[in-house]
Amino acid sequence: MAVEVKVTSVLQKITGAKVVQGEGGTVGELLADLDTRYPGFKQQIMQDGSLHRFVNIYLNDEDIRYLNQLDTRVKDGDSISILPALAGG
Amino acid sequence: MPVSVYIPTPFRKLTGNRQHVEASGANVAEVLADVDRQYPGFRQLVFGSGETVPAHINIYVNKQEITSLNGIETALQDGDEVAVIPAMAGGSGEDEAPKRKTVGALTAEQVNRYSRHIIMPQVGPAGQRKIMEASVLIIGAGGLGSPIAVYLALAGIGKIGIVDFDVVDLSNLQRQILHQNDDIGKPKAISAKETINAYNPDVEVVVHEVPITSDNALEIIKDYDYVINGADNFAARYLVNDACYFLKKPLIDGSILLFDGQVTVYLPGQGCYRCLYPSPPPPGMVPSCAEAGVLGALCGTVGTIQATEVLKLILGAGESLHGRLLLYDALAMEFRQVRIRRDPNCVLCGDNPTVTELIDYDAWCGGAFDHTNEEERKAAEAAREARERAAASMNA
Repeated sequence: MAVEVKVTSVLQKITGAKVVQGEGGTVGELLADLDTRYPGFKQQIMQDGSLHRFVNIYLNDEDIRYLNQLDTRVKDGDSISILPALAGG
Repeated sequence: MPVSVYIPTPFRKLTGNRQHVEASGANVAEVLADVDRQYPGFRQLVFGSGETVPAHINIYVNKQEITSLNGIETALQDGDEVAVIPAMAGGSGEDEAPKRKTVGALTAEQVNRYSRHIIMPQVGPAGQRKIMEASVLIIGAGGLGSPIAVYLALAGIGKIGIVDFDVVDLSNLQRQILHQNDDIGKPKAISAKETINAYNPDVEVVVHEVPITSDNALEIIKDYDYVINGADNFAARYLVNDACYFLKKPLIDGSILLFDGQVTVYLPGQGCYRCLYPSPPPPGMVPSCAEAGVLGALCGTVGTIQATEVLKLILGAGESLHGRLLLYDALAMEFRQVRIRRDPNCVLCGDNPTVTELIDYDAWCGGAFDHTNEEERKAAEAAREARERAAASMNA
């Protein structure tokens, strides 16, 4: 299942693009896949198997925290956004 | 039994501009308690610090005043309408609300100055007066604070507070429209005041030339109706969020970095910054504008949206951004929204709060992880190095 993943400018330094494609049946698998394509990716958003609490992931604009966390199932055509906190003002 | 409760205009800042809300209860007292549960702070607006409905507030059930019925015990049925009507404008607990500015009829000069507002049906002379009676505190006179302050000054906000203890620096002038070349070296709050009053001498500007801390936040924020966040660090964001929650002030939040922006509105009791980001990143994990940069014009876009949102709350117009996080991607020129909501597990505004007073935010943001400082320092360092390697290989 090819899923579209949108990242913010900070993560773009790792992926080289704003929107990338990944594979996986769940969000967790998708992130592992992205890490093999873009080394260092997972490190920016996870530690010890769980998401940093200042990073939110949205499946089609719904926070996965209120779905099934990293076990949230994804399918072809879904859109994932990875959103770390920004503090700049 | 669901009843409809009419919310008077001065109280609508608590209910996201809703004119009517649904509530449950067998009688008026229970319904008011239910509205307070849904929109914390409502009880205080109606009752002040007392136990009985004060003389300047009338409550009607189906257009009949409750003193001619059974007072606060008046029984209700499905479909009844309860209306809360302050007998005088701006009625709120007098021992806790600061003296509100009241504006009489607009002068000829004001009618001219604000004519482009007044001719719009959503504003009119009454709406312009509400703007002129409102008070807004802006945290930071920097990238976001600048366009916020300028547009609120132009709109005629009655009182603008500016919190900033820094001085104007040459590198600020790439984006901070409150300050100009001749202001370099001047305290930013003073430079802000001068710019605001050069635009509009009618605006009362209060400068708070101090860092906002747990010791002064409640004292500073209590005198304003709304707070807009233009802070540039996580500690200040969590502090302002918590203080606004405790004081029941709507908070218009915005943040920027590189080519991205995020904006939302937090209404007391309906989600807060901690619901969205329960813990801050360890130091070094998320770069600051000084480290990563920001497109100057981006500050204008995001800050102006923040100013727009506070004006909408004051006017009771349109739909506020509360419950939605607006994401701005300037490179793609794309706006998106994601849903945000109150987290029942939130330590501040959830069902079982554990944060009941302001904490030491610098210490908390400095050691955000369960790991030892050494581990977190290494993690942040490794993450930063990975970003730099990736960027370098792309530029090679």
